[in-house]
This record gives sequence, structure tokens and C-alpha cells, in this order.
Amino acid sequence: MSIVGKGKRAIQGAAQSVMKKAVELAPDSLLPGGRPDPLIRRQHGQIGRPVSRVDGPLKVRGAAPFAAEVALEGMVYAALAHSTIAKGRILTIDAGRAEAAPGVVLVMTHRNAPRLAPPPRFLSAAKAAAGDDVPVMQDDRVRWNGEPVALVLAETQEQADHARSLIRITYAEEPAATSLATAGAHEVGTFMGEPLSAKIGDAEAAFAAAPHKVDAVYRTPPHNHNALEPHAATLVWRDGALFVHDATQAVAHTAWSLARIFGLEEDQVHVSSPYVGGGFGGKTLWQHQILAAAAARLADRPVRIALSREGVYRVVGGRSPTEQRVALGADADGRLTAIIHRGVTPKTPHSAMPEPFILPTQSAYAAKTIALEVRTCDLDLVANTFMRAPGEAVGTVALECAMDELAEQLGLDPIELRLRNEPETDPVSGRPFSSRNLAVAYRLGAQRFGWDRRNPVPRSRREGEWLVGMGCATATYPYHRMPGGAARITLDAGGARIDVAAHEMGMGTATAQAQIAADRLGLPLEAVTVRYGDSSLPGVILAGGSQQTASVGLSVMMAHRELVGELLKLAGNDSPLAGLGAEEVESADAGLRKLDDPGRFESYASILGRAGRGELVVEGSAPMPLETMHWSMHSHGAMFCEARVNAVTGETRVSRFLGSFDCGRIVNPKTAASQFRGGIIMGLGLALMEETQVDGRTGRIMNRTLADYHLPVHLDVPEIDVIWTDIPDPHTPMGARGIGEIGITGTGAAVANAVYNATGRRVRDFPITLDKLL
Amino acid sequence: MTPFSYLRAADADTALQLAGVHARHPGAGHPGVEHPAAKYLGGGTNLVDLMRETIERPGTLVDVTGLSDRIAETGDANGNRGLLIGAAVRNTALAEHRLVRQRYPMLSRAIVSGASPQIRNMATVAGNILQRTRCAYFYDRAGSRCNKREPGQGCDAIDGFNRMHAILGASPACVATHPSDLCVALAALDATVHLSGADGERRLPFTELHRLPGDEPGRDTALEPGDLITAVELPALPLAANSAYRKVRDRSSYAFALVSVAAALSVENGTVTDVRLALGGVAHKPWRALTAEQALRGQPATEAAFRAAAAAELAAAQPLRDNGFKIELAQRTIVAVLGELAGHDRTGDGA
Repeated sequence: MSIVGKGKRAIQGAAQSVMKKAVELAPDSLLPGGRPDPLIRRQHGQIGRPVSRVDGPLKVRGAAPFAAEVALEGMVYAALAHSTIAKGRILTIDAGRAEAAPGVVLVMTHRNAPRLAPPPRFLSAAKAAAGDDVPVMQDDRVRWNGEPVALVLAETQEQADHARSLIRITYAEEPAATSLATAGAHEVGTFMGEPLSAKIGDAEAAFAAAPHKVDAVYRTPPHNHNALEPHAATLVWRDGALFVHDATQAVAHTAWSLARIFGLEEDQVHVSSPYVGGGFGGKTLWQHQILAAAAARLADRPVRIALSREGVYRVVGGRSPTEQRVALGADADGRLTAIIHRGVTPKTPHSAMPEPFILPTQSAYAAKTIALEVRTCDLDLVANTFMRAPGEAVGTVALECAMDELAEQLGLDPIELRLRNEPETDPVSGRPFSSRNLAVAYRLGAQRFGWDRRNPVPRSRREGEWLVGMGCATATYPYHRMPGGAARITLDAGGARIDVAAHEMGMGTATAQAQIAADRLGLPLEAVTVRYGDSSLPGVILAGGSQQTASVGLSVMMAHRELVGELLKLAGNDSPLAGLGAEEVESADAGLRKLDDPGRFESYASILGRAGRGELVVEGSAPMPLETMHWSMHSHGAMFCEARVNAVTGETRVSRFLGSFDCGRIVNPKTAASQFRGGIIMGLGLALMEETQVDGRTGRIMNRTLADYHLPVHLDVPEIDVIWTDIPDPHTPMGARGIGEIGITGTGAAVANAVYNATGRRVRDFPITLDKLL
Repeated sequence: MTPFSYLRAADADTALQLAGVHARHPGAGHPGVEHPAAKYLGGGTNLVDLMRETIERPGTLVDVTGLSDRIAETGDANGNRGLLIGAAVRNTALAEHRLVRQRYPMLSRAIVSGASPQIRNMATVAGNILQRTRCAYFYDRAGSRCNKREPGQGCDAIDGFNRMHAILGASPACVATHPSDLCVALAALDATVHLSGADGERRLPFTELHRLPGDEPGRDTALEPGDLITAVELPALPLAANSAYRKVRDRSSYAFALVSVAAALSVENGTVTDVRLALGGVAHKPWRALTAEQALRGQPATEAAFRAAAAAELAAAQPLRDNGFKIELAQRTIVAVLGELAGHDRTGDGA
């Protein structure tokens, strides 16, 4: 999930005193003139090696219990009944037959649910984890079609499901706004209290005067979260405390938020989530965990709630539709004189933010004038939320298709047009870039993809029924590091354990962090274990915004500083290290050695042994993310697509794809390649098939299964080539920038541009289904 | 899922008995069915889903996967050789059968273009034939109106999302499509369905098995309560050796047809001597394109003739809000498939 720069400034502006302390604590590497993280220079360590997933064998064997697989003594199963109107009041609830059905333990509705505080909505507080702040089953109001209106607990899942089907509810329906057409007034969207808009110069005037122009409207539909593992929780109350086995990308946030909702102390809620089957921004706090906990309290039984795929669609928000106008003005040389990117996206009255589609445009091109704006309106739907690269995923669709249209008008190669408009400093914030090598990514990618074989004239290559074309687009996603990072190192003679409240959702966090910690501590990989996914561990670390690697990496770096200081104290005067300060030594070969005199060395085991210590435990906290105030920090990618469009049927098949990324140093090429490819596959879905069908008459999602909601299947995915510059960013921990989200960005536009090159048809209404190409 | 009884039958008589079907007495005025709530269960790839969604709530399931899973060659005195396909033959087995691939390649191709390998391994021929529409409003018992599910309730698809819905033969009561690929091929191949029921054994041309919705969309087929499909028979049809199935859909696999075309073509000296043509994804039943067939016989095997025949077949098409593209798509696909068949002399060739 994404945080705009303004958001960061809002947090930081609100905490001046914290900031001052943060400046004092910040590692100089992250400040101007500072030394980069020493691990960037380290050449022959674990970083950069394609280490296989440390959690892989466990998962392949089926030995990793996910949230819906944890069995608790005396557990009952939950089933949800969802509202069938978009707005109104519940008039009657007939639960008699359900309550009398075999195995039923409880039917919970707003009439008997315990009183709960509203969920803390994301971004409303540092540890707020909820997708919306709608009160959960507290009144007779219905706020969207699909909102949970009753919950059944039974001895088996089948009994709960059956009893749920016996509940009869009547409603007094009220007029609802369910589409942009039926929405009320549009206002400028805000994020963290700041407007989503930017203005440099008079863009409309510059655009009007430009000799070359593109002015087009692009539309993207709503999308739903479809992680492989549907949302689930297994939970129990013990002595007034709540234990939750959850599937979440925010253990610490969830624990704090549940405590607020149930009126508990933070330490009375324990959230464990070591295994998560994909998050993508959707695995946060939604109604299902809250309802299950409320029902467990009423029934005094442990509860498992495992949402069906339909349940996920009804309860968990997705990505909002967008309607984006991009107007580009350029001079005869193809230099941009104006970028206008504005449009509308709906949200709900309860959501954390509107889809911030202007984000990628803020730092994209060196235009003399820029006008960006997101307008929004409230609809009566399930809350929209973060979904892989919110803002950038659909924002790049509009911006990068428009650039392709401009390139054609100018008779310029689309890559050349982009390179001519590479900015030297951030066009909106004015900050220098921490590291920006998009041109290198384009050069490497174009060469490997064979871009020179592209015929710029559309519809010029045909193989049988198939029209073949190539397209490219720029991918981009910012570097984020959110406040709250912390980690604990426990060192003993055998190695080290890292404890951190981070998340492994399949992307390789545990593996990458073990590699980083091994290098940081000078230990072999086998001597390092990483514990994660539990709210009792240090840190408030969201697996979002592609920020975990930086947040955890820096937290461990700070803990390591503590560790070195403690070890030098313990080493004392009898050590070869006697008299050395922390800045004079480094970790290597399972011990400490003097930087410029490696012969002065003592192993950890020796230091601990002489001090009579079995283990040494230290904790470190990451400072505030000041680096993002000094630099404009973004990853980029050059995306290349070859698409084939059937001239008879309009069917589009992507036959080749290449992503060439500039994301700083790559910690683990194996897991990184998977992350990049996964993002690109999700981008192929965005381009060609994904669309949530919300029936405008009822506000009801109609394609609520994976048969009806189309994601790419194996046959839709060609071999995807991914390469990277591997140029370290000197201002980030390890020189790395996050890679979880960038793959989906740029992909949609690369596909659309390839389809245009193949057919001469410019589809601006996504997804590009065959009917639009007939 | 609503609780139900589960019984297994190894043969047709037992299946009928377990389903409570008794031989109808001559002159008796009421159907000889004791438990109309009984359903026959094949591979369960559709019925179990429908039960999970509480669309189907049979009190009894009679598992008929123990019925014949044989594929046997038939023949008459003149040496015309067809195939008798047992009701419990799995889709995968049918698609892979040597004689099917040689003599009726469109059938193999239709089957493998449907669902996924796992589903095809489970699904039976009879179950595939009796699968129900995938209209989202039909499935949404809790939140949508559907005349097929609840007669007289109204249809939310007509003015809703209807990209997948019918352009031919629909009614104001129902615009659903039949989702099967296999059935499109069976409709083109002049197949016959063997039935057992209260009236004993009987046969029905495959094209008369499925119904158009009319004002009774709840009835997908002409079957009487308790009727059991025991086999499907393919006649000798030499031109089917030159046949094809083409499915157009929103992704490469695991998606229902927007439009599909099953065709067999015989061309001699540049003239169409015989043709079979059926469409999928366009109607409440597999759509045998008799108008186009009629228009093609005796005509030159040219693109212009194919185009005219396709246009004649689609002349009666009625688009809904989202599916108007199907009219053009169906015609283009017919022309492409016929062109492919006309351009290759593959008589007797394998699929």
C-alpha cells in the first residue's frame, strides 16, 4: 500500500518533538552527506544470492498451519449472512429456524451482539488496521449490499452454512448511490488530511498553446482482492484476553485495533500470523475477525471463521474504479510543456482513502507545467482499500498509454520520448532523486526484448489470423519506510535469532531478512533464524507499501549497533578488541574485528563465553523515515510486451513480456524474480480481464467467484523475463528498495500499447476484452 | 448445504428404484414418481456447487457413476458405424477415445476446451448434458430474482450484467445460456439420447433434449421427473471426420464460451455437399444452426457463401445491453471455422 509524500509530511509535521529526536538518532547513511549502509559494499555475502525460501519445505509438505487450519479445543464454526440491499434498515430478523437447526450454538445479529467501539480506520492512527470504521453489527443500519447482518456459530461448518440459509431478514430499503452516475457532488480527494492535488505553473494554458497534444480519458473498473488464501481467523478468549490466529499483513496494528474495539489493553490481544497466503493490501482488519471475536465472547467458545470466496467479495474491499483524463502538451522536440492528470474515483464514507491515481505522475516527467487532481465522491458500497500499488497500478495505465499516443503523434520512438523527458530533480517536490536509472533499465530491456524489431506502424505484422504488436511503458513505485520499525537480536554461541513483528505472505521476507541479518552479523546463513508474524514481537511493521525490507533491514541494523556496543563492553580489556569503539569494528566470521586491522578479532562465542553469558539480547528501533524528506525515492521499470490479437475474434494473448527493473540492490534474485513476475501477472489481469461487476441497480457484486471474476490462468501467462540494474540506492538500508508492488505498474499500459501496435485500435476502457477489438 | 441422503446405484433399474421412480401403470393419470426431490449425481462438478449455493436442494442423491462407462462401437447391416457412449463415461475418457478423435474430432476438441483437466476427469457425459446455466443471477439466491430458480419471480439478468447471455431463442422470462461445450458438438453430430424412466426406455434426438426457456425457464430439458440418461448414441457420420470446434472466450482456459462453433463440412468439387453446424454460448440450449446448414448445402464453398449462411442464422438474434457483440462474433467465428474445414482435405484424418 502506498503513502504519498504529503502523508508522510503530515505524520511528521504532527510530531515535531519526535522528529527532533529522530534526527539525532538517524543513521547518517540516510541523511545528506552520510555514509551508505556498509552492507552495500559487501560483495561476497548472502545478499545477492538466490537463496531458496526458508519456509518452502514446510509449505510444500503442508506442515505450515494457516489461520483456517489451526484447531482449538472446543472450537465452533462461523458462517455469515450478508445484506441483500445497499442501504436501509433491517426491519425483521427471523432466526428461529436457524437457532433450532442441528448443531447451532449461536445466531448473532445487531440485537444481541456485544457493544463494540467502531474499528479504527487505517491511517487514522499509527496502529489503526481496519479497512473502514463502520460500526460492526451495532445497529439496524445497512450501509452496503453484502454487509454482514447475522453470524451463525455451529459445531460444524456445514451446519453453520445450512443454518445461515434459514435466516429470514426483511428490510426497509432507502435510495442508494452505487455508481459514479448516481453519486453526489465530487470533491478533491484527501489522503492523511492533505488534498490529492498538485500544481506547477499554468498547465491548462501551456496545454492549450502546445503544438502537439494528447487529451484522452481512460477508465479502469473496480477490482477485488483474490489472494490464494481467503481471509480467515481462528480465535479464543482466555481470562479476558483475546488470542487470534489471523491471516494478516499487520499483526501489531491488528492487535492494537482489536483492543480498541473490545475495550481492552493492547497487551490483552495477541495476534499470531506466521503464514499468510497472499496479502496484496487486503489482509488487514475487516469485519470477520471482529464478528468472530464478538461471537466467541457471547458463546464462550473458540471460533473459526473462514470466509468463502464470496465472503471475501462481500466483506473485504478492493480497488475503486477510476475515470482519468490525461492531457499532454509537447513541443516539436517532444519535450513536455504540460501534464494534466485529473479524474474521479469513488470511495465510501467509511474508507481510508480514494484510489490515488495521480501518484505515479508526480515524479514521472520533466514537464514545465503540471496539474494533478483526484476528485472523489461517496458511494454505498463495501469500502475500497489498498490493492497492490494503489494509485500507481491504474495511474500508470492512463499516463503511460497517453505517452504512447503522444510518441506516435510526434513520430518518436516511445522510449526516446520518455528519455527526452527524464527529470533531473523531482518535478513536483523539487527534491533530488536518491537513485534513478530508468534510462539504464530501458536500454537493457530494449536490447534483451528485441525492441528494434518493432514496426512503429500499427497493424503491420500478421501471422495467420493473429496481429502481432509490441508496446512498452514505464513502471514506477516509491520507496517507503514507515515509522515503527524495531527488531530484537538474540545472540548466543551458536548464532543469532532475529525477532520482528514482520510478515511472510509468500514474498520471501523470512528468507531475505535471514540473508541480510547473516551479512549484518557476519554469520553463516544457517546460523540465523528469523521469527516473525506475531504481535508479541518487536516493531509495528506493516507488510505494505513495499516497505518491509527497508523497515526490518534498518531495524536490524540499529539493533546490530546496540549489539556491537554491548559486545565491546563485555569483551573488556582482555580482548584483542580492547579499547575499540563501535565505529572502529565490524561483524565478520561470527565475531567482531577491527575495520582496518582484521587481525584484531574475537568471536561472539569467545566474548560471550569469557563474560559468562549464554546469550545477549538487544533491541533496536528504526528512526523516523527522514530519508524520504531529503530525496525523491522511487523504483522504476521498463516494461515490454508482445501481444497477439486475433483478427477474427478480437481475443488478445500476451506472447512475451519483459520487465527491466531499477529497484536498487536486489537482496535475493530468486524471490525477487517471483515478486516481479507475480506483479506482472496481476498486471496482465488488470489489462485484459479483471473487473468486479457491481450491479448499479442494487450495488451488489455479481461475479463473486473465481469462475466469474477472471484472473489470468496458466495459459494466459507467457514466460516472463525479468532483469534488473542492481544499482544500489546509497540512501536506503542495504541499497535496496521494495519490489512487492512495482510489477503491476506499467504492465497494463505496456499491454494496451502492444495491442495498439498490433491492431491500430486504441482501447482506453479497461479491461481490454475482445468485444472492444472486434 | 441442505442435509440430504446419499445412495449409490450400479445400474439403471436400481437408480430408478432408489430415486422412487415406478413403472407407470397404463391409464394412470399421475407420474409414477415417488420422490421428485431425488437427483441423480454424476461427477458432481456442477450439482454439488448448486447444492452448496442452495440452488438445488434434493432430499436424496442417487449416485449413478456406477452406470456404464463403456464406449462401444455400433453398426448396422450396411456397415454404418456409430458409437454408444455410456452415461457415466468421464469427459476425459471420451475426449481421448481413439474412435472419437478419428471420426468425431469436434467432440474431442469441444470437451478439452471446457473446464479444467481435474473437472473433466470427474465430469460424466450425462452430468455434463444436464449441467445448468452459469447465469450469476440464477446462482444468487439471496440477492437476485430469477425465473429459472423461482418461477414467476422475475429476471434480473435482462437489464443487468448479460454479457454472457443469450442472443437467440430467449424469452422475456429468461435470457440464460447453456454452458456446455460437449453439448454443442452433440447437437451438431445428430446424437440420440437413451433414457430410462417411468415410461420405460425411450430415445430422444439430442437437439430435442434441451428446451428454449419460453415461459417455463425452470425446465432446462424435455425430461420428465425421474428420467435417467443411460447413454448417448452417435450415428455414423462420415463428414464428421472433417470437423472442428472453436471456442471464443475471455481468457485462454477455464472460461465459458462467449461464442462457440461446432462444424462438420463436406465439400466436393468446390461445392458444399453436406454440413453440420451448431453454436454454443448463444442460447438456452445448444443451438443447432439449421438455417445456415440449409443455406449452405449445394452452395460453393466460398467465404461469401459462409458469410451469407452465418448472417441468415443470426438474422433473428436479439441483443441485450452487454452482448450485442456476440452477433458479429458468432458470424465471424462460423466463417472462420467453415473456412478452415473447407481449406483442408482431412477426411479420415485424426483430430
